[in-house]
Amino acid sequence: MAQSIQETQEELIDEFGLFDDWADKYEYLIDLGKKLPSLSEAFKTEENVIKGCQSRVWLHAERRGDLIVFEADSEAVIVKGMISMLIRVLSNHTAQEIMQADLYFIDQIGMSQHLAQTRSNGLVSMVKQMKNYALAFSAK
Amino acid sequence: MTLDIHKIRQDFPVLDQQVNGAPLIYFDNAATTQKPKSVIDALSHYYASDNANIHRGIHALAERATTAFELTRTKLKDFLNAPSSDQVILTSGTTASINLVAQTFGRANFSKGDKILISNLEHHSNIVPWQMIAEEKGAVIEVIPVDEDGVLDVAAYRNLLDATVKLVAVNHVSNAIGTINPIAEMIELAHAHGAKVLIDGAQSVAHLEVDVQALDIDFFAFSAHKLFGPTGVGVLYGKRELLESMPPYQGGGEMIKEVSFEGTTYNELPYKFEAGTPNIADVIAFSAAIDYVNGFSKEVLFKQELALLAYATEQLKAIPGLRIIGNAPDKIAVISFVMDGLHPQDMGVLLDKFGIAIRTGHHCVQPLMKRFGLLGTCRASFAFYNTFEEIDLFVKALRRTINMLQ
Ligand SMILES: Cc1ncc(COP(=O)(O)O)c(C=O)c1O
Repeated sequence: MAQSIQETQEELIDEFGLFDDWADKYEYLIDLGKKLPSLSEAFKTEENVIKGCQSRVWLHAERRGDLIVFEADSEAVIVKGMISMLIRVLSNHTAQEIMQADLYFIDQIGMSQHLAQTRSNGLVSMVKQMKNYALAFSAK
Repeated sequence: MTLDIHKIRQDFPVLDQQVNGAPLIYFDNAATTQKPKSVIDALSHYYASDNANIHRGIHALAERATTAFELTRTKLKDFLNAPSSDQVILTSGTTASINLVAQTFGRANFSKGDKILISNLEHHSNIVPWQMIAEEKGAVIEVIPVDEDGVLDVAAYRNLLDATVKLVAVNHVSNAIGTINPIAEMIELAHAHGAKVLIDGAQSVAHLEVDVQALDIDFFAFSAHKLFGPTGVGVLYGKRELLESMPPYQGGGEMIKEVSFEGTTYNELPYKFEAGTPNIADVIAFSAAIDYVNGFSKEVLFKQELALLAYATEQLKAIPGLRIIGNAPDKIAVISFVMDGLHPQDMGVLLDKFGIAIRTGHHCVQPLMKRFGLLGTCRASFAFYNTFEEIDLFVKALRRTINMLQ
């Protein structure tokens, strides 16, 4: 199996540790956002949308064997950068691992602001939704 | 009279701070304005020395609090040039004032097939209350269109007016794009057809003179917090005969004359519409805000703001790919803009990192955004305490932001 949720979080913390000013950090985040492949239009459904008050997020989850695979997208590139990291951390893990994950890296890399803006960008709901999928899949 | 901006800025303590390591640049004045120290002091003075419930007690504190509370109402009467202070109803904000009219005037006067005219520029607060009462009464809402520049189509408005129109509810100034509407002309036209007019003055009172008698306004609503006053206070002015004929809104203490289980008689204006203990402290502190703006000539303040607007508009127009939404010839100092291929939220997040506060999103005017084929814009809105240097820093940060995102 690939690396653990914790290992990926440590890796991200190391990556962000390289930057000493906010602009470099955000340039990296924006770059992550741009590199994340767009979700195929077929998955950008009403069912998959999480409506933030300013931007929308789409989340698609699929089961592959024991693992859950996430794909997601957003109209806003900074949100998309955040999504890219969340997918890197949570995707391809078991339902159990996802449900138990404590996403401490967000705070450590100084990006908790984006999860504090509860209503504006849909990220908090997306994390909740990822855990809900895990719960639903594990119940099946 | 010229303004000493440096000195004025010292009246607003909040402006003097660092945000994300940079001096705060506050360009979100259309959302709420900052408060002068006199307002902040009045608020703490009230709680420290006068706090009491009003209109009921006979003790010294109750009397002081009641006098101060009623003084705000008197100042508001003068501010609006209302004929009398009992036509000034204190509410919790523009939204509450509009809902009050919808639920009382609307409830008493709308019937099946009647029309309510609103405009494509309206804030959700001047849409949804009408939808709610229209649905209940079977009335119909029709919308005055705006052109590509964000100017109301007065010819279309004339065509929409007929004897079935009971109310025209429009804003004086658009919050999202700054358009100043020709309300004098619109009111005259409405009255010629027997319709009453509610003006949402949330965005105008801090910038334009409003004389409710000269303009022959039936209802005028605004919020203290957009006029350098506290949050949680709003005003509804109404013509006497309308207010008197309207049924009460909420029931409770203060709004009654006599209560028995057989029936209740209602208090007179303005108390009929002020059930319960009001927001005493903030109403009293609002008085200091009115004094503050009365200390200046509105014309001089507005000229300063328009100079900021012209300066910023010129610089923003020079940025390739940037489009200004709303180019009405008569505007207050609000600039809404979008950048090709960039999401407003991303721009707002990065500008915040530079210590710059703007608003991004739909600005509670989704139908207007739809009119322009947008989901949102970035909006910079200026007050007289903003400076040309701040605009320079903003434009520099904006160029950097765009670079980072492209
Ligand atoms: C034009 C307009 N109308 C109504 C409102 C609502 O004001 P409040 O939220 O203070 O009730 C606003 C506030 O943004 C506004 O700009």
